[in-house]
Amino acid sequence: MTAAPRAPLASAKIGIRNLHKHFGGMRAIEDVSIDIAEGTFFVIVGPSGCGKTTLLRILGGLEQVTSGTVEVSDPSRGRPQFSMVFQGDSIFPWMTVWDNTAYGLRMRSAGKDETERAVRHWLDRTGLTRFAHLYPHQLSGGMRQRVSIARAFANDPDILLMDEPFSALDEQNRTILHQELLRIWEADKKTVVFITHSVDEAVTLGDKIMVMTAGPGRTKTIIDVPLERPRSVLELRHDPRYGEIVYGIWGHLKDEVERARG
Amino acid sequence: MAAIAITDLGERKRVAQKRRDRIISVASPVGLLLAWELAAQLGAIDTRFFPAPSSILRALVATAQTGELWTDTSISLQRLFFGFLLGGIPALILGIVMGISRPIRAFVDPLIAATYPIPKSSILPLILLIFGLGEMSKVMMVAIGVFYPIAINSTAGVLQISRVYLDVGKSFRANRMATFRTIALPGALPFIMTGVKLGAGLGLILIAIAEMVGAKSGIGYMIWSAWETFSVERMYVGLFVIAIIGFVMTLALNELERWLIPWKTDA
Repeated sequence: MTAAPRAPLASAKIGIRNLHKHFGGMRAIEDVSIDIAEGTFFVIVGPSGCGKTTLLRILGGLEQVTSGTVEVSDPSRGRPQFSMVFQGDSIFPWMTVWDNTAYGLRMRSAGKDETERAVRHWLDRTGLTRFAHLYPHQLSGGMRQRVSIARAFANDPDILLMDEPFSALDEQNRTILHQELLRIWEADKKTVVFITHSVDEAVTLGDKIMVMTAGPGRTKTIIDVPLERPRSVLELRHDPRYGEIVYGIWGHLKDEVERARG
Repeated sequence: MAAIAITDLGERKRVAQKRRDRIISVASPVGLLLAWELAAQLGAIDTRFFPAPSSILRALVATAQTGELWTDTSISLQRLFFGFLLGGIPALILGIVMGISRPIRAFVDPLIAATYPIPKSSILPLILLIFGLGEMSKVMMVAIGVFYPIAINSTAGVLQISRVYLDVGKSFRANRMATFRTIALPGALPFIMTGVKLGAGLGLILIAIAEMVGAKSGIGYMIWSAWETFSVERMYVGLFVIAIIGFVMTLALNELERWLIPWKTDA
């Protein structure tokens, strides 16, 4: 994939053009241009320190670009553009599960009824209803991450940003949450940008996978995942195409991982 | 089955240990008082300096009957209370604002660092000069003592809040006021409570000192006037009351903490 400018996709929800991000003298992201179509589960994989989290933070408004543009087409009115699920523990220890889930809605002064309805709905969808009045320290790591997901979904954003949300979990919990995320997401297919360093996670969840180069981060390639939905995490492991895609991505990633280590 | 029996045993052991600890905690002051009483009765200690607990108790009953114990205690508590509000509320606000805003921190930090080491008791003459012998000088002394630990702990409390919570606030478009209310304040609260507890102790020390020098009422005055008339038992009554106030204050603040910070894990 070259860095030559391409014509923006007609149906693109997010258009990123020639994005550069430097921290002082360190080039974190160099000339990234991507189009992400509406309703796509877009996964970005790359070795540690390739700038993938920085890219997501730029989308989420937590970092400024050095140069380049990020455009979101057709923003829906009255709804937030982005909500983010953070890496590791990010739910507020001083709020109950309910208050954590309601946070985004309260910050944008949504009506009481709307807030209550959304929180009830998303606690139900994430299986947290029984724990609504508990504090995070009373929950397991997997449950806390569910709250973080419920908080982002309940805010009803145009686009969901997820920054390695499951990286701190053990494998069993991660598998369960993959299945739950697929189930939740496949119901209304919001545009998602998902960051991970796990190739398996990328193939399990994504429609499209962008492989990034080791720092400075560039687009190495973008791969389509032609696996049908709804997906079952366990059945996928069985599917010969799954292994092929994983193998293919490793081919792209291998050099980059080695470069990042060296 | 065996596993259950083992955990059961552990639980029972812990409960027994807790009960034993509580008994020891009650027994130690009681034992001390008994030893003291005995030593005084036997003439093993000089009762001019260490009167027997029983005679202190008599003095306590006497001062309670004349009503002076209650007036002095309540006036000291009042001064403590108002001093606490006068010093604590601005300290809380300033401390949190310092935690949030770098420039304000840069501006105020050296001022606090420079004035904090001054023993608060040493500015009592200045406070008396400015505020006179009335109530305000006593309230001010408490306020000054309470101010520092609360301000310093509030700032530290905000600064230790994990970066990710502020990112969450930012990503959910929390405005300044909401960031203060939903993140900075609750996030700093455990530290702030520590400051409040330290401040309460300091306030008690300072009110006693202030009342000894510039007052005609209060527990500190009671102790001082007891010295002037050499009624040692009354002096001990004053000390005893201060100890009780401190003890009750600690219990009340612990309870307040449990209520304010339900998410604290060891609560």
